[in-house]
Amino acid sequence: MGTIPQEHYEPKEGTTSKWINDRLPIMGMIDHLQKFPTPKNLNYAYVFGGILVLFLVIQIVTGITLAMHYQTGEASAFNSVEHIMRDVNYGWLLRYAHANGASFFFIAVYAHIFRGLYYGSYKAPREILWIIGVLIFVVMMATAFMGYVLPWGQMSFWGAKVITSLFGAIPLVGESLKEWLWGGPYVGDATLNRMFSLHYLLPFVIAGLTVLHIWALHHVGNTNPTGVEVRKESLETVKKDTVPFTPFYITKDLFAILVFLIAFAFFVYFAPNYLGHPDNYIEANPLATPAHIVPEWYFLPFYAILRAITFDFLWIIPAKLGGVLAMFGAIAVLAFIPWLDTSNVRSTTYRPIYRWWFLVLVIDFFVLMWAGGQPAEGIVPLVSLLATIYWFAHFLIVLPVVGLIEKPLPRPETIEQAFKDKHDHSDDASSGPTADASVQPAE
Amino acid sequence: MRLSIASVLTVGLIAFSSASFAAGGAGQKITDYDFSFDGMLGAYDQAQLQRGFQVYEAVCSGCHGMKHVAFRTLADENGPGFSDAAVKAIAANYEVADDEGNPGDTRPGKPFDYFPTPDVGGNPPDMSLLAKARNGGADYIYSLLLGYTGEEKELGDVTLYENSAYGGYLNMAPPLYGDDVEYADGTDTSLEQVSADISAFLMWAAEPKLVERKQAGVWSMTFLIFFATLVWFTNRKVWAKIKHPENHS
Amino acid sequence: MAHGDDKEGNGHGHVADEDRRDILFLATGATAAVGVASAVWPLVDQMNASASVLALSSIEVDVSALEPGQEMKVSFLKAPVFIRRMTEEDIAEAQKEDINSLPDPDARNPNAPDAQATVDARLLGENKDLIVLSGVCTHLGCVPLGDGAGDYHGWFCPCHGSHYDNLGRIRQGPAPENLPIPVASLNGDILKLG
Repeated sequence: MGTIPQEHYEPKEGTTSKWINDRLPIMGMIDHLQKFPTPKNLNYAYVFGGILVLFLVIQIVTGITLAMHYQTGEASAFNSVEHIMRDVNYGWLLRYAHANGASFFFIAVYAHIFRGLYYGSYKAPREILWIIGVLIFVVMMATAFMGYVLPWGQMSFWGAKVITSLFGAIPLVGESLKEWLWGGPYVGDATLNRMFSLHYLLPFVIAGLTVLHIWALHHVGNTNPTGVEVRKESLETVKKDTVPFTPFYITKDLFAILVFLIAFAFFVYFAPNYLGHPDNYIEANPLATPAHIVPEWYFLPFYAILRAITFDFLWIIPAKLGGVLAMFGAIAVLAFIPWLDTSNVRSTTYRPIYRWWFLVLVIDFFVLMWAGGQPAEGIVPLVSLLATIYWFAHFLIVLPVVGLIEKPLPRPETIEQAFKDKHDHSDDASSGPTADASVQPAE
Repeated sequence: MRLSIASVLTVGLIAFSSASFAAGGAGQKITDYDFSFDGMLGAYDQAQLQRGFQVYEAVCSGCHGMKHVAFRTLADENGPGFSDAAVKAIAANYEVADDEGNPGDTRPGKPFDYFPTPDVGGNPPDMSLLAKARNGGADYIYSLLLGYTGEEKELGDVTLYENSAYGGYLNMAPPLYGDDVEYADGTDTSLEQVSADISAFLMWAAEPKLVERKQAGVWSMTFLIFFATLVWFTNRKVWAKIKHPENHS
Repeated sequence: MAHGDDKEGNGHGHVADEDRRDILFLATGATAAVGVASAVWPLVDQMNASASVLALSSIEVDVSALEPGQEMKVSFLKAPVFIRRMTEEDIAEAQKEDINSLPDPDARNPNAPDAQATVDARLLGENKDLIVLSGVCTHLGCVPLGDGAGDYHGWFCPCHGSHYDNLGRIRQGPAPENLPIPVASLNGDILKLG
């Protein structure tokens, strides 16, 4: 294992760079980041990390500017959002970018997670990298939830009330915990103010975790579509398998970012309320619940899991608590998959059986998303339950078992070889491992 | 199943998540009216907004306030575009709370004031955001105004009116019948026309920056597509010597 | 095309200068700069005065009820403005002063730029009987007392003892300048501030 050998940074004698670097090795760090050896065969599934960094910045910048005009409090929150939309210069742009930015942040994070699942990015030695990622995802969800409360519309209010009420399901301490979260016996000023405070704080926690995430990444190196590691024996072998991040992945990531931004801009400018809910343009009214409370789309899969448990589990866990445990468990299970996956092959591309199960997981995710958006009636509860069961079964049963019984396909010996196979034969335009690629012995 | 799971996921997420909301409620009949502000390049029709405001003032304002809409915005170039003098006169027609006087005092409105909320029973919704607070938006309001079936029923001492857009009985009596106002520009005052005008006005009231937004959108999209194209070629050039070293030796 | 010392063609060498000068790379860089600038502008502009603030930057005050010798105080831009209709005695008293002996001989009146602090340059309206003053002491920003307060029968700032006369001219005390007159115009009995 160990880190990827990289050329040592040597500033020239007498330069400003050297003067600075002798005192704070920041020039060396910048040099390391710029020249970081990145596998040359990354495909466009690997662009979402860069997109996520950009969206964290977009959310923080638009959020800070919105906070210059937003006024928390039951009486003023809704009005101040309208003030932003109508009177503040470009206020409509900042708010629509922030609201849709949350959606696009989640699109990118889900793509990033499924890419990691497909290419085995969680496997050794990347367990900590992966677990930090799961933590970032959890904090992101908390941040998004609290942000949605701030406009103090009907969905804000009832979403806050329903989700915080979940904590009331916890035995013994539930009710006191709920009142502690609310700051009293009802959802009001105290609740809204702490949501605002924490919504402002948590993005910086995400930023900190992101630094750790990238630090871990730079220590162990990227995965790549073949799952074959960069040869770390020497600088020479590294150079054969990788390219420096700058300029190769700057331009590639930038292209992907711009394509993503085109879709983002379409929503911000031409369909800014499409992903939102009309009820949130009605000011919060504690005396009237909207007919159909649904969370934002990015919470729907986990909301479906929450609602799927409608029965007392094992006679000791009441349904309400069971739903809460299932929802948090559905995320927590992700943290354990580095040890649940028994396969010695990293990339699903070379896993003939698991790839189908992976497809089922993706479909399952979308089924849960659909179910979470439907009223809990008719076939929906059953579908939710089955999809919930599969979600857990995938990680707890399929992942360990398939790894043991599956015979992996032949993999290219090196990244260099895989890259050459893909690009050198322009006449037969093969993409991916060729049949004659040598079989790598199982690790 | 090799390369593009990411792109499939992205497209799938957007398409799928939106599909789960796009549908209106069951039993609601909403007509898709061809408003001037529909579509990527649509903008408000200033004459229609002025007519719509006339309808609001003559009919709706008796019960419905617009507490987020300031009189001054009636002069917006991309809105109704009334003259400053007209806005002053409109504002003075409304009695607003006088913050400098005793509690409960009122004074004639000024351009910087907001449309007041009438003191009537029944809790009629504020109209500032109505067109964004209902599934279907302006189309829904238009359909609602045309959707009264004539059926009524009594519930206690309240009369409820059946409406096909509402998808049941609601407690607002039909507010418009056609010929409710007389337009200075000679536009006909059929129920359809008056309904379309007030719906357009309420869309403006809810989204006064729509025109600015779409104009900025066209500029941004054009820029992003141009920039992405440039970067695509730049990226290809950067990678050429890696992907095809035989052409570069 | 040469690639500097990137002899192995694996991208780990330095990018050659001619690559940097490439028209495509220049165009991409320039476009990126335009993009960043356009994205930054809304973030800057949002801190400028909003439409609701600007709407209050001009107000109208009905002064028809103001009799000679009466004074009113209105709030304009979150600060007091004093409006007083002068009596003939007030004007006669003000006219006695020699402009050049005043601590601040400047009219401080944007409606009469570069004028001296004469009765004519300080008063507003066709009848030249209305004094309109920003009610913020030019010393340290306190609100002076009115209705003939102080030794000069005008305004008196209780914070540090600045005396203003009935035209709001500083006469005694630490304040450096006359009370400024806001941008104002009179149309009949409607005084427009701002």
